[in-house]
Amino acid sequence: MNVSYGKLMMWFFLLSDAFTFSALLITYGLVRSAHPAYDGSVENFIFSQAYWPIPEKVFEAVPFFHGLNAPLVFVGIMTFVLIMSSVTMVLAVEAGQRMDRRAVEKWMLWTILGGITFLSCQAWEWAHFIHGSDAGSLLADGSKIFGASLSINQYGPPDFAAFFFFITGFHGFHVFSGVLLNFLIFYNTVTGVYERRGHYEMVEKVGLYWHFVDLVWVFVFTFFYLV
Amino acid sequence: MAHSEETVVTVLPPDKERIKKLWTVAAILGIITLIEFGVAFGIPHEMKNLRVWTFILMTIVKAAYIVGEFMHLRHEAKVLIWSILIPMVFVVWMLVAFVYEGMAIADVR
Repeated sequence: MNVSYGKLMMWFFLLSDAFTFSALLITYGLVRSAHPAYDGSVENFIFSQAYWPIPEKVFEAVPFFHGLNAPLVFVGIMTFVLIMSSVTMVLAVEAGQRMDRRAVEKWMLWTILGGITFLSCQAWEWAHFIHGSDAGSLLADGSKIFGASLSINQYGPPDFAAFFFFITGFHGFHVFSGVLLNFLIFYNTVTGVYERRGHYEMVEKVGLYWHFVDLVWVFVFTFFYLV
Repeated sequence: MAHSEETVVTVLPPDKERIKKLWTVAAILGIITLIEFGVAFGIPHEMKNLRVWTFILMTIVKAAYIVGEFMHLRHEAKVLIWSILIPMVFVVWMLVAFVYEGMAIADVR
């Protein structure tokens, strides 16, 4: 059927991986729709354990600009970085199909750089989420809490933080392993393994995985940060 | 003596047409993301259904471009296309069923 064994198996692996991510996101949908939504005006929104928070009120910080209210700007930059690294990956695939070793090396390096940038951004995002905002959140017994862990959460119901850690963490782990695979491909390209083999199909297979990671982020971005 | 490990590699010139198309797809993905930002701050939160359905629609368009062009699925054999897309029906079914279930739980609480 004109598809190599390796690529076919990569597709089926990605299908099963899509099921895993779907299960996570669907569970998030179930738990979120089971919680009451905030129904006041957006300007008067305050964090409370009683309702699910508005995401743009939670994710509004940008590194080096402490105190600046910039909703969704940082996560927008992260999305852009991941899309760009997907483009450089597909350019590496195109170069591989023409046996152009230098071009594959160049585009793989850009892709790896994009992946590392995304991971660094996510590390900052997590650190900020865990430490919390300056104002914190007032509990019913009068005590204040800051940031989020698996048991307490200043932004809303504890489930909100649990899903944030689990879903973006699982995706981040995929990005991390993707960067490792990309580096392996880059190394093999530089040492001429694929040139001797006569084709760059490994670049295409790992490329499929890398685009899948980008694809998952598109869904995480919509359902966790926008909706 | 005549035996040599060196292989002659013919490097083909870049396929300008295809590279241009890839950058077009990248531009489309970027523009859709910008529109999503526009919707996030342009459409008020009171119009919840409109917001949610626009986001879902734009996400599906982005996903179609990534899977179809970047992952090259659109140009693969028909059998492969269908064996990837048909199982996704179950995901949609599960999504609808569970979100519906969640709203029912919210009503009972």
